[in-house]
Amino acid sequence: MVSIFITAFIVGGLICVVGQLLFDVAKLTPAHTLCILVVAGSVLDGLGLYEPLIDFAGAGATIPITSFGNALTHGAMAEAEKHGLIGVVTGMFEVTSSGISSAILFGFIASVIFKSKGKV
Amino acid sequence: MVARGLLTFKTTPSIVATGVTAGPLEKKSQFVDKFDKIYEDERCEAKTNEHGHAKMMEDACMIALSKVDSVPSDADFMLIGDLINQMTPSNFAAATVGIPYIGLFSACATSVSSLLMAALLTETGMSKCAIAGASSQHNAVERQFRYPNEYGAQKPETAQWTVTAAGVAAVTPYKKGFPSIECGTIGCVIDLGMTDPLNMGAAMAPAAADTLTRHLTGHNKDVKDYDVIMTGDLGKTGFELYKKLAGNQGIDVTKNFRDAGKEFYGADPSFLSGASGAGCSAAIFLTEVIDKMRAGDYKRVLLIATGALLSPLSFQQGDTIPCIAHAIELTMK
Repeated sequence: MVSIFITAFIVGGLICVVGQLLFDVAKLTPAHTLCILVVAGSVLDGLGLYEPLIDFAGAGATIPITSFGNALTHGAMAEAEKHGLIGVVTGMFEVTSSGISSAILFGFIASVIFKSKGKV
Repeated sequence: MVARGLLTFKTTPSIVATGVTAGPLEKKSQFVDKFDKIYEDERCEAKTNEHGHAKMMEDACMIALSKVDSVPSDADFMLIGDLINQMTPSNFAAATVGIPYIGLFSACATSVSSLLMAALLTETGMSKCAIAGASSQHNAVERQFRYPNEYGAQKPETAQWTVTAAGVAAVTPYKKGFPSIECGTIGCVIDLGMTDPLNMGAAMAPAAADTLTRHLTGHNKDVKDYDVIMTGDLGKTGFELYKKLAGNQGIDVTKNFRDAGKEFYGADPSFLSGASGAGCSAAIFLTEVIDKMRAGDYKRVLLIATGALLSPLSFQQGDTIPCIAHAIELTMK
């Protein structure tokens, strides 16, 4: 029970370390860093490596943005099996739709309630 | 070498009044007590950041004029600028205030370029009272040049915090008892190939060092002639680089050097490399420095405002950041 927390913490933390290194060492912008992590998750799933990582680390692998890339590939491949090539297109947002819809919904709610400002 | 870009004012126009307004976060500034007005709301109760930006500038103008018992109709010229595209906050402020207006853009160096232009108009005898100044508003500037405010992007240690403030001076023909403008140096654009908008201090430092050297040699002055040589908004990172560059030119940088951006928020590490923005140098030059001159602490000062002349588009297209620094010398006779 406790070990899953530890592995989640370490794996999730390591993914964030990669992101921080992309910022600080490679001097990439936040948008570039985000895209690289999403693409990395997508490629890893294509190679069949991301699901074993989720089995091992749980939320440590599903919470970071790499999981979004994983979900994109996962949905595309699952639909492709059922419907062929067209499934790649229809399946891509199958799994990720909840995440995208939530982002729009909660973004809307936050923008109605709050005014944006710089953070110190 | 022929001295180029040097200005000398025989009539030594005076800065007879100043008006400085600032946003709520600027309460954290160590100079907050010197500001004329602090707003409780970042948008100055206006609907948008940009409208608040304009309001801050209008109020600063009115405060400066009221200190010399003047109204806008007494002023001949208004020379102000900011960092927003096409300078709409300054344009809107000028529309409300109603003084004949020219918008000036030297990025954050506008605080000094506007004073120099006001002094020139005064020197020709065509201006009895000119308003000069610059302003910046954090949210409006950040979202234009860097990331949307909602995004909450992480910033590196070299990044600076755009100040929400407006600083305005009323410039008139020489008047005894007020700081007067003796000379100045118009900067050259220096571009050493920096491309990081989160490290503007390093981009601007060479321009500041160049203008300092040109001012000293051109006007035949020495660092020892000044009680203080203050730069606009180099920040902690840029200020060290600037002193190093000036030191390499044989200038003694150990005494009397100050930077408004580095000092604005004190030592608070949450502001990273320090403050920046056109309002940063305008607010500090026109409060801290002018007050000390009027109190007799400073007899002769050199103010060098630095500006990064990038646009959001030039940065997105991967262009380098050209920088400029303008210098103005004030004396208390």
